[in-house]
Amino acid sequence: MKIRLLPRITRWHPIATTLILAGTLAAIARFTYGLGATTNLSDEFPWGLWIGFDFLGIGLAASGFTIVAAVHLFHAKEYEPIVRPAILTAFIGYMLVVLVLILDLGRPDHFWHPLVMWNPHSVMCEISWCLMLYTSVLSLEFAPIVLERFNILWPIKWIHAISLPLMIFGVLLSTLHQSSFGSLYLIVPNRLHALWYTPLLPVLFFISCLASGISMILLESLIFSRGGRDLLPTRLRANLAKVIAVILALYFVVRVENLLARGAWHELTTVTYFSLAFYAELLIGFVIPFGLLVVERVRNSRRGLYAATLLVVVGFALNRMNTAITGLESYPAQTYFPSLIEIFIMLGITALGFSAFSFIVKHLPIFEPVAVTPRVRQEAVTARPEPVFLTRHGGDLESS
Amino acid sequence: MLIDLTLCVGCNVCQGACKEENQLPPSEEKYLSLTAYTALSKYNDLYIRRMCQHCDVPTCVSVCPVAALSKSEAGPVAYDGEKCIGCRYCLQACPYHVPKYEWSSTKPRIQKCKFCAPRLAKGLPPACAEACPTGATIFGERDELLLEAARRISAEPTKYVPRIYGKDDVGGTSMLYLSPVPFEQLGFDARLGKIPMPMLTMSALSKVPNVLSVGGVMLGGIWWITNRRSEVAAFEASEKKGETPEHEDKP
Ligand code: SF4
Ligand code: SF4
Ligand code: SF4
Repeated sequence: MKIRLLPRITRWHPIATTLILAGTLAAIARFTYGLGATTNLSDEFPWGLWIGFDFLGIGLAASGFTIVAAVHLFHAKEYEPIVRPAILTAFIGYMLVVLVLILDLGRPDHFWHPLVMWNPHSVMCEISWCLMLYTSVLSLEFAPIVLERFNILWPIKWIHAISLPLMIFGVLLSTLHQSSFGSLYLIVPNRLHALWYTPLLPVLFFISCLASGISMILLESLIFSRGGRDLLPTRLRANLAKVIAVILALYFVVRVENLLARGAWHELTTVTYFSLAFYAELLIGFVIPFGLLVVERVRNSRRGLYAATLLVVVGFALNRMNTAITGLESYPAQTYFPSLIEIFIMLGITALGFSAFSFIVKHLPIFEPVAVTPRVRQEAVTARPEPVFLTRHGGDLESS
Repeated sequence: MLIDLTLCVGCNVCQGACKEENQLPPSEEKYLSLTAYTALSKYNDLYIRRMCQHCDVPTCVSVCPVAALSKSEAGPVAYDGEKCIGCRYCLQACPYHVPKYEWSSTKPRIQKCKFCAPRLAKGLPPACAEACPTGATIFGERDELLLEAARRISAEPTKYVPRIYGKDDVGGTSMLYLSPVPFEQLGFDARLGKIPMPMLTMSALSKVPNVLSVGGVMLGGIWWITNRRSEVAAFEASEKKGETPEHEDKP
C-alpha cells in the first residue's frame, strides 16, 4: 500500500531540494569563512539557533525511547504498530542533531575529541557520550528493519539476543541526556533569566520531553493514518492522550511550585518580553493542551488530538528556544537573532530529515497500519525465530 | 595577584606590558578582547582591571568536555588549543565573561589571560604586575596577599570597603581586589555567590551513576513483572478460551 507523506504540502520535492541546496551552500560558506562571518554568534552570545535546534530535535525524538519503554519494557504490546515509525523518527532526529552539532563546533575536525579526552565534570562531555551511545543503540534498534528488507537475517538474531539490555540501556541514556540538556544551564544562574533558571532544570527538561515525545507518537499515528487506515485505534490514542495530560499537569505543578518557591514569579507581574515569552510557552504548551486533553471528546476525536498534541510540540519548542535564546538575552542585555546562513543551514537540515524519512518509508517496511484483520508479515520468514523487533503479536489489534 | 583599586591611576601600563609579553598588537583597548587579555574599565574616577580571575575552582575548566582548559597547582588556568573542539561552553559559562573566541578564524581558538605561566615557571612575576608603576597590581603567594589585603583594610578602614573580592567569591580566585566602593558598583556581578559554580552542575552529574544503576534495575524489574503479567494473562485467557488478554494501558 502507499502512504502519502504530508499530503497537504504539494510540490514538496522542489521545496525540499531548494532548501537542501541552500543549506549545503550555507554550510560551505560556514566552513570557508568561519563562524564569525556567517553567524550572528558572539562572545556574549556564543550559543544560538543551532543549539536550540539540537534541543528541539532531541526532545521530539524522545518518541523513540518512550515508545520502546512502553512496548518492550512495560509490555504495552498493543502500541506495537507505532514502534517503527517512532524509532525511525528518533534515528533521523539524532542523526540531524549530530550533524548540526558538528557544524556548530568551532573545530569540526576535533569532534571526536570527547571520546578520548574526558572531563567527568562536564555536562557537555556526558551529553557527547550519551548522544553517541544512544545513536548507536538506535542504529541497532533500527538495523533489523533494514536487514529484514535485504533478507539478511543472521545479525537480527544476534541483535535480538541483546535486545533487552540494549533497550534498557537506551532508555537510561535517554533519561540522562534529555535531562542533561537542562543541566547545561545549571552553571549560568547569572546569565539565564530567573523565569527559566532553576536547579530543577534537568527534571523539568525530562518531564517535558516525555510529553513531547508521546505527543510526537500521537502526531505520527495521526499524520500517517491518512487514507482510512489507522496506526493506532482510537482507544489507544485516547489512553496516550490521558498520559500526556497527566505529564503536562505534573510539569505545570513542578514548574509553578518552583517559581513560587524561588520568588521568580515576581517577574510575571509585569509585562515584559520575558514574561510574555514565559506565558506564551506555558499556555500554548501546557495549559491549553491540558485543558483540551482532559475532555474525553477531544481525546476520542482525531482533530482534537491533532490540535492538542501539536500545541504540546509547539509549546515544547517555545520552551527550549526560550531557554536557549530568550532567557539568555536578559544578560548582559544582549539580543541575538540568527543570521540567514544559520537559518538556511537549519532549514536545509530539517528538509534533509523529512526527505530521508519519506525515502525510508517508501523503501522499508515502517508502517503496518491496522487493517481489519491483523496481517501476517510478508517479509518475515515464518520458519525462523521472530526477533523481538519484528514481532507483531499484539493480539488485540482492532480497527477503529 | 592583589589589585588595589585605590592605587590604580589608569595609566594602562599593565595592558601595554601584557601585549608586549604576549606579542599582541600594541593599540590601547578598553575591553577584553582577542588582543587584550587585560583591560581597564572606568567607574566614576575608579579604574578596575579586568582579566581572567584564574578561579580556584574554575567554571571554564569544569565545563570543558575535552579538558582543554586546566588549572595548575601554581595558579594559572591554561588552555590547550589542540584539544579544544570549539563548543564555546567556556564562553557561555565563565562568570566573568573572560574567554574570547576567534570567530573570524576557520580554526578558531580561545584567547584569554595566561597568568604569564611561562614567566611564573621561570620564577618571574607576571609582566603586568612587574610593569605596574604604582603597585596597584602586586604578585605573590595567595596566602600572603590575603594577609596583606587584610592588613591594608584594618590599617585604613575608612579607605576600603571591608571585603577582599576573590577571597571566597565563586570559591576563591587567584585575583584579589581591594576597593573603596562596594564591588557591585564596579560591575562585579552581585549574583555570583561564594559557592563555586561547578558545584551547581555536580549535584546533577553526581546522580548519573545512580540513574544508571537504580534505573537499570527498575526497568529490568518492570520488564520482568509486566512480562510475567502478560504471560499470566495469556494463560488465563487461554484457560477461559476466546477472551483477549487484558494488558496494562500504561505506556
Ligand atoms: S575567570 Fe573565567 S576563564 Fe578565568 S578561570 Fe575563572 S572561569 Fe575560567
Ligand atoms: S570552546 Fe574549547 S576550551 Fe572552551 S569549553 Fe569548548 S572545548 Fe573547552
Ligand atoms: S598575567 Fe600575563 S597574560 Fe595575564 S594580564 Fe598579566 S601580563 Fe597579561
